[in-house]
Amino acid sequence: MKSDTITKYVLLFSSFIILLVSGGMIFSLLGDAVPVFEKFGWRFITSTDWNPTEGRESYGALPFIVGTLSTSILALLICLPMAFSTSLFIAEYFKKSAFSSIISSMVDLLAGVPSIVYGLWGFYTLRPFIVSLGLDPQGYGIFTSGLILAIMIIPYATSLSSEIIAMVPNELKEAAYALGATRMEVIFNVILPGARSGIIASFILAFGRALGETMAVTMLIGNANIIPTGLFSTGNSMASVIANQFGEADGLKMSALIAIGLLLFVITGVVNFVGKFIIKKLS
Amino acid sequence: MNKNIDVIENPVLKVEDLCIAYNKSDSKYAVKNVNVTVKKNSITAIMGPSGCGKSTMLRAINRMHELYPDIKTEGKIYLNGENIMKMDTIQLRRKIGMVFQRPNPFPTMSIYDNVIAGYKLNGIRIKKSERDDIVERSLTNVALWDEVKDSLHKKGTFLSGGQQQRLCIARSIAFQPDVILLDEPTSALDPIATSKVEDLLVELQKDYTIVLVTHNMSQAARISEYSMFMYLGDLVEYGKTDMMFTNPRNKKTEEYLTGKFG
Amino acid sequence: MSTEKSSIDLTKNNTYRSVKDKVFLWTVIVISIITISPIVMIIGKLVWKGFRQINFSFFTAVTPSTFEAMTAVANGEIIPGGIVNGITGTLLLVLMASLIAIPVGIIIGLFLYENPGKRYADLIRNLSDILQGVPSIVLGLIAYLWVVKNITQGYSALAGSVALAIMMLPLIIRSTEETMKMIPGTLKEAGLALGVPYYKVIIKVLIPSGISGLSTGVLLAISRILGETAPLMLTTLGNPMINWDVTAPTSAVPLLIWDFYNDPNMVDLIWSSSLFLMGFVLTLNIISKRISAKSKA
Repeated sequence: MKSDTITKYVLLFSSFIILLVSGGMIFSLLGDAVPVFEKFGWRFITSTDWNPTEGRESYGALPFIVGTLSTSILALLICLPMAFSTSLFIAEYFKKSAFSSIISSMVDLLAGVPSIVYGLWGFYTLRPFIVSLGLDPQGYGIFTSGLILAIMIIPYATSLSSEIIAMVPNELKEAAYALGATRMEVIFNVILPGARSGIIASFILAFGRALGETMAVTMLIGNANIIPTGLFSTGNSMASVIANQFGEADGLKMSALIAIGLLLFVITGVVNFVGKFIIKKLS
Repeated sequence: MNKNIDVIENPVLKVEDLCIAYNKSDSKYAVKNVNVTVKKNSITAIMGPSGCGKSTMLRAINRMHELYPDIKTEGKIYLNGENIMKMDTIQLRRKIGMVFQRPNPFPTMSIYDNVIAGYKLNGIRIKKSERDDIVERSLTNVALWDEVKDSLHKKGTFLSGGQQQRLCIARSIAFQPDVILLDEPTSALDPIATSKVEDLLVELQKDYTIVLVTHNMSQAARISEYSMFMYLGDLVEYGKTDMMFTNPRNKKTEEYLTGKFG
Repeated sequence: MSTEKSSIDLTKNNTYRSVKDKVFLWTVIVISIITISPIVMIIGKLVWKGFRQINFSFFTAVTPSTFEAMTAVANGEIIPGGIVNGITGTLLLVLMASLIAIPVGIIIGLFLYENPGKRYADLIRNLSDILQGVPSIVLGLIAYLWVVKNITQGYSALAGSVALAIMMLPLIIRSTEETMKMIPGTLKEAGLALGVPYYKVIIKVLIPSGISGLSTGVLLAISRILGETAPLMLTTLGNPMINWDVTAPTSAVPLLIWDFYNDPNMVDLIWSSSLFLMGFVLTLNIISKRISAKSKA
């Protein structure tokens, strides 16, 4: 066989690795999640009862689903104005200036901080700060986790948004200025409508990041297996419960944790798919 | 005063000692010491080889350069006797409209919204009937009404290049400016669309003062009443277009018009 | 016509609009500064609280026992020992993950570059994008199911590397494809026109011309996995001693931070370890930026 044909096949076969890894992932997660779904059915998703005591075992993942969603949505809400302002700073107001490159490298640095370091900082700085503000006596819970998640996802939302904002053609902005618009009016009437879907996609992808974050949330959410009752209530997230309870898990409990992993995989997969789909449609 | 430059009585625009540099720290000027006056209700063409500063000068007239902090503008420009450097940019740009080289309708707005974009952007609230009036009148003025009246709520970007450029002119005249600046408005258009835009400009000079940058000498000859010839940032010659084309006063102008360079 | 012209008067709302414009600008500036302030506070805190613990033994000794740490804290001394078991563990994990992910990722990236616009290649590209979005804790579960349960029959460095390799893979695939796209097609054609076999063109032309892009991608991928904690908790477990055996449990710097955080006697060590970890990650980031800036210039 000619060497070029061999090369071609090597390249082709290598791509099967991606198929194997993604297919295998779904297969393994599904396979090991079966026992818990067989035993509890839909109750696994709708029940709030999480009890690993032998003989009275009951696994309901609802508190964790609610915990993950509520912290991530809160993170998204906090991240919105911040990432939006920072993108405007980088890609519009101070485009190509030294200010802009300072701010954007700071944002890059934020992306480089390991999750566990965010957790430490949240625990030793943010949490006491929330306590001192009198918002909550302990400082653990949905709000603190949401806040730290917001800081963690800001770089993802900012880098993509600012790229898209910078791509809005100059001639359109000039057309609006020539009609007498102020800079703010140009931003809201020309730049934002033009960059809208890209900005939305960047926030969806950032949201996907927040859903799967583990360590920082584990250290701040309070790890209470309850449905959070308010902004400052404690709770638990899907990723945190896996991290916390994996060590002493076997049998049905292991299956329950893997099922939670499967749910997390599906939810983040859907969210990321929507985000990527919007971006693909743009280009 | 340069003997090659005519002075017009009671001008709409009067430019005094205009100097523009693209770099604040640099003393390399793209426009050097230009003094010129523009006649009301006429078409004035600015000609010259590329890089001569013609667009740079045009953009100074509605202070477009202020969007780029590196650009340095010196000198005075008067609109009906009022120094524009002292005016509010919002008010100035409302009185001096601009049309760009490439048609640039707002892609997220419909044809209708593009025409009244000036009102929308400036937050001026007007009644629906008034709005409809303005849209119909502006589009009729640019001879686009019959072509688009059934698709007013489609996106402006669906139109052909020539139609888009006329839409941009409509957007600018909907705001009733005193002066319309056009920066090579036909360079991206085919010959048929170009001649439509030219006819339109001839028509519009009854109501507006038009200043047009063009790289196309015959276009200047066809439609303008006055012409400027710029070279390397200097205003070399300014006067009646037919005079300049038949009997240029400066040797450089003659060489340019006869195609020796350009 | 002239009467209509005067009817549009903007002087009334001008002041209000310019004030609004200014207020918005300053809001953007203030919020942007607030947004980046955490990074300053985080680095400040790490340096301030961590530098005291960083000494020679920090890099040469293994982690102290809880008792040793407790005695030291009680006597007001610096906690003895270091994190060398974590450093070697992290090196081992990163090395193995790289050995798995870099060649595979580059070859898949080349495959995508060779087959643009094909359905199957698009599928691979999308799957790789989806893999990139999978939470790291889920990858930890996967590595547990595949490696810990079936291959090494227990917690092992190998399992951790597999989880980390799956994290690196999409990043390397993406950066390889992007880098290859930037190389002028004529370069490849010139090689092929000389009758050189394609694999040689890849090794002798494509990879050397794209080396800066490829190494940027690799360094960024490594900096992404260096700080990962969650998947390691499920796979490599931790080890108080230096371990080079890929089938045995091993430690890693982020795992040690987690242990220190959970042990009241060792709390003082978290800052120095975090400082070290951050320093490592940032250095890689800066090097990769330098490389990509150099190649663009």
